[in-house]
Amino acid sequence: MQKKLNQKAWFLVLPVFLLVAFSAIIPLMTVVNYSVQDSFGNNEFFWVGAEWFSEILNSERFHSALGRQLLFSAIILLIEIPLGIFIALKIPKQGWAVSLCLVLMALPLLIPWNVVGTIWQIFAREDIGLLGYVLAALDVDYNYTQNSTDAWITIIIMDVWHWTSLVVLLCYAGLSSIPDAYYQAAKIDGASRWATFRYIQLPKLKRVLLIAVLLRFMDSFMIYTEPFVVTGGGPGNATTFLSIDLVKMAIGQFDLGPAAAFSLIYFLIVLLLSWVFYTIMTANEGKTNQS
Amino acid sequence: MAKIHLNNIAHSYQPNPNGPDDYALKSMEHIWEDGKTYALLGPSGCGKTTLLNIISGLLTPSEGHVLFGDDDVTSLPTEERNIAQVFQFPVIYDTMSVRQNLAFPLKNRGESVEAINARVEEIASMLGLTDQLDSRALNLSSDAKQIISLGRGLVRDDVNAILFDEPLTMIDPHKKWLLRSKLKKLHQEFGFTMVYVTHDQTEAMTFADHVVVMKDGEILQVGTPKELFERPRHTFVGHFIGSPGMNFLPVSLEGNKAKFNGQTIKLNHDYSTDISDNIMLGIRPEYIAVTTPDNGGIIASVTNVEDLGKHKIVRMTIGDHTLSAIVPEETEISTNEVSISFTPENTLIYRNNLLIEKDK
Repeated sequence: MQKKLNQKAWFLVLPVFLLVAFSAIIPLMTVVNYSVQDSFGNNEFFWVGAEWFSEILNSERFHSALGRQLLFSAIILLIEIPLGIFIALKIPKQGWAVSLCLVLMALPLLIPWNVVGTIWQIFAREDIGLLGYVLAALDVDYNYTQNSTDAWITIIIMDVWHWTSLVVLLCYAGLSSIPDAYYQAAKIDGASRWATFRYIQLPKLKRVLLIAVLLRFMDSFMIYTEPFVVTGGGPGNATTFLSIDLVKMAIGQFDLGPAAAFSLIYFLIVLLLSWVFYTIMTANEGKTNQS
Repeated sequence: MAKIHLNNIAHSYQPNPNGPDDYALKSMEHIWEDGKTYALLGPSGCGKTTLLNIISGLLTPSEGHVLFGDDDVTSLPTEERNIAQVFQFPVIYDTMSVRQNLAFPLKNRGESVEAINARVEEIASMLGLTDQLDSRALNLSSDAKQIISLGRGLVRDDVNAILFDEPLTMIDPHKKWLLRSKLKKLHQEFGFTMVYVTHDQTEAMTFADHVVVMKDGEILQVGTPKELFERPRHTFVGHFIGSPGMNFLPVSLEGNKAKFNGQTIKLNHDYSTDISDNIMLGIRPEYIAVTTPDNGGIIASVTNVEDLGKHKIVRMTIGDHTLSAIVPEETEISTNEVSISFTPENTLIYRNNLLIEKDK
């Protein structure tokens, strides 16, 4: 009797299964389908097995794009996470300034990604952009379309401007949930400002920081729109990240098989690295509950 | 070691208070004698925690001075005062072991590693934490966490007062008793001043030498549990202490007689008759004798009898007024009308909510 009831429950989750199937699983299977076959016009397909995978994994092009991507995500995390925590600590806890700070912080998050790219593309231009013009006037040798270091700096600053707010807002929420008694106890125990941060605030922020790190890692690892608008992957291949390279391969060159294999490898890397972050950050948490 | 003197302390959470209603703590003068245990008792929101935070320096009072002995510490930061405080919710440092938690206040004060280790071991054995010293504090039960919070106060040998802000709220009832007796034992051993905030009168009465009753930011009475019970100086204290609380009846006075609802109650003292203010007669339920109506005395009608096993509580009405009496378990109570009488030496008279003091 009990078993029969359980079986009926499946009908309740069926709509979700169908939705997920159409939105995720079926498109993903199409990609899998492409990745193991070679296709020509006329809907002709030939089975090639793991050939595309080994081609991608052994290609210099993929290695360098992956290297750039890892470096980019590493720089982004190293800047945005500490900066986000720092700003969150500086936002006042009460008073009229709170809403002002939070609104200012949230603004960059509300801007569409390609608009962010356009803003910075123009902002950094030597001829009409405020930043580029001022730098040129100060005799700073800066040109993001020609110099790859300048291009990197521009894109990193843009991403920091765009996304640090997310870390700030998450950390601010985390900080607000720490009861006053902790700070009072720390005062009575004679803890310094640093000790208070190290032993109260940071441990209590651990959970939101996990979310912040995962979100910022995944987003920065999959970044496409902003560098595409600002540099288009250039100069040369200097800012060609994985997603930009993938689009070039799939749509520019119409190499559907290798592009499909590329996508799957890309997806697995994101999944693997997210798992690594999660495992490291939740290690030695033991059997604790959420208190 | 020194007494703590609150000299004309007042506190308002508003920057520009106008009128007494803006003060969370109204101007008060109070001395906490060295080495005594105090319970700070009062309903929620009466300013108990504010008072505690002023002593520990977490709050700077808007007015007045805090003196430790003869030193004015009003502007001294918390960490430089010889005060420890235990909060309602156990505060522990999540990432640290029990040992590190206990060592934290000493480490922050720059003591040597050997001194810290020795002291931590000593305090841990006193609190019964020796077995758990190296486990993570986060995984312990909340009563163990609260003991650690207390331990962080005890570990400092400069502490001369420990403040408790409703420390047993989060603790299982059967462990409350254990913790409370542990606190008493520690007090006998160390002799520091203890101030214990609670809204539970049993907790206050069993714990402290002196009970301080507060209401609306004012101290209404300071006294031993016996004084609070026998001679509450304010009608609120009478209501608040005791279960059920004191009965109050509006009366008019004629010499050593009180008139109530056309009936006469005999008093032990003469009260001058020109008192025309709000006069109340106060009597503890314990001091009301209940007999059958044919015995004379004041006639009251019984509305309810609660049998608690060891005694009975009789709820009665006289006219529009209700009163309760506590009678021995074996007393038979008629369900209708009874006659009650008050013992004159325990019948108190209040003018405008304040006790009119008469020597016994």
